[in-house]
Amino acid sequence: MLLLDRLSKTYADGTRALADISLEVRAGEILALIGGSGCGKTTLLRLIAGLDRASAGRISLDGEAIAAPHPGVGIVFQEPRLLPWLSVADNVAFGLADLSRAERRARVAHALDRVGLAEHAGRWPRDLSGGQQQRVAIARAFVTAPKVLLLDEPFSALDALTRAGLHRHLLALWEESRPTVVLVTHDVAEAVALADRAVVLRPKPGRIDDAIPLPLSRPRQPSAPGSEAAARTILASLDRSLRPEGEPDRARPDASALWW
Amino acid sequence: MEAGPLPLAAAPAESLREDSPKGSRRSLSLPGGRVVTGLVLPLGLALLWEGAVRAGLAQGRLVPPPSRVIATLWGLAASGELWTHVLASLTRVAAGFGFGAVAGIAVGALTGTLPLARRLVDPSLQALRAIPSIAWVPLFILWFGIFEASKITLIAVGVFFPVYLGVAGAIAGVDRKLVEVGRVFRLSRLDLARRILLPAVLPATLVALRTGLGLGFMFVAAAELLGASEGLGYLLLDGQQLGKPDQIVAAILAFAALGKLCDAVLVGLTQPLARWQDTARDTL
Repeated sequence: MLLLDRLSKTYADGTRALADISLEVRAGEILALIGGSGCGKTTLLRLIAGLDRASAGRISLDGEAIAAPHPGVGIVFQEPRLLPWLSVADNVAFGLADLSRAERRARVAHALDRVGLAEHAGRWPRDLSGGQQQRVAIARAFVTAPKVLLLDEPFSALDALTRAGLHRHLLALWEESRPTVVLVTHDVAEAVALADRAVVLRPKPGRIDDAIPLPLSRPRQPSAPGSEAAARTILASLDRSLRPEGEPDRARPDASALWW
Repeated sequence: MEAGPLPLAAAPAESLREDSPKGSRRSLSLPGGRVVTGLVLPLGLALLWEGAVRAGLAQGRLVPPPSRVIATLWGLAASGELWTHVLASLTRVAAGFGFGAVAGIAVGALTGTLPLARRLVDPSLQALRAIPSIAWVPLFILWFGIFEASKITLIAVGVFFPVYLGVAGAIAGVDRKLVEVGRVFRLSRLDLARRILLPAVLPATLVALRTGLGLGFMFVAAAELLGASEGLGYLLLDGQQLGKPDQIVAAILAFAALGKLCDAVLVGLTQPLARWQDTARDTL
């Protein structure tokens, strides 16, 4: 279980990025962190990844505190961040340096097969499209079999069709080892398509505004009534989170029309 | 998908590639066509001058015609004298380039990775860089004598600065995002340097080394002009003092060929290291 306990982050210039975030993520749960820009979504992910230190509070994974990059935590960034001097296969193998050669090759081949890039193993990252590069990045994170996988808006730069394909690849990989996934997104449809729970953040400083369970069966259809209702609920919650506190709550039904 | 080449599918690939829509300009788009175009001006001028001297329109005493330069060059090569000078210059460049490049890479790596070292060393080096390298010559001769040591030092100083700047700049410019990938996978400092920093700075380092090598040849000429008993620079000076312009031009040609050759060797040796680069180099 991933546990965030009263987490705060204040930058050196006094900006309060996160305040008092407490969250429990079950093992194997897919959690979507959703919120407007500047509400500290990425900051929160970087804290869990151990890339930044929290100003207060603590993070623990199965009881073990996280203050630096942890072997049980993998991350896929907003950009693919592939190493341009390594082939696709070597990029995927980057975190497997400790394994034997045969084991490494088998794991890489399997992961590349899962993201549909088996025939591109020997190519340079520069020869791949943006969507393919992001799939390599996802394979690189999965191949080390992390307990927690963090995804920082990994599909935001891609078109809707590519994104739907990547959702399938992501879920296929997730099915195998069922890691805990924390997905940062600003796309409500993405949260509904993937997550078991959506946590809405409120900006300035970033804190948790609402948590919406998404008890839908998989595979999910965006047009299914359950999905549409869930999307409406998240939109209404998002709309409320983006309005200054104290302002009267508007009627929920037309909230989806007001957002964006 | 590819509608165009289909009717010509039986034709050899080579002719397909070279077929340009404008048939009349075909000769210029042949392989090597650009090289031929580039040779028109120098060859034309050389032939013109050769003709003018042969026809008695010009004396050609101070500006020797190409035939005389080639004859001189041939004579120097046949007597073995040319190779003595080439070897002398090449040895000096190799030694100076070796010392300068190693020092430049080492100091550049140090100041690039350690902020304290940068604050301590970089300002002094930038100040020294502002001194024209030739200005060191009197001091180097006092310190190291008039023989090889002072020449090699001068070349090494000339090579050092571009290599130092290139390496330090490349390290400072390494993408923080790629370094973070290394941190996420918990690389040790040594592994981070080996698996992320080193490959990332390699292309810029190779460019810096090429620049350094070019400067090495510049300074070997300067050093040999200032006093040497052999070397291509000596051949230049000897030609001036004995009034033999053909020998000067021959030495210049030898310098050009030698510099180009060394650069090509350096590029050939190092290019496989940076073939992953996503640049327009293939089309340049």
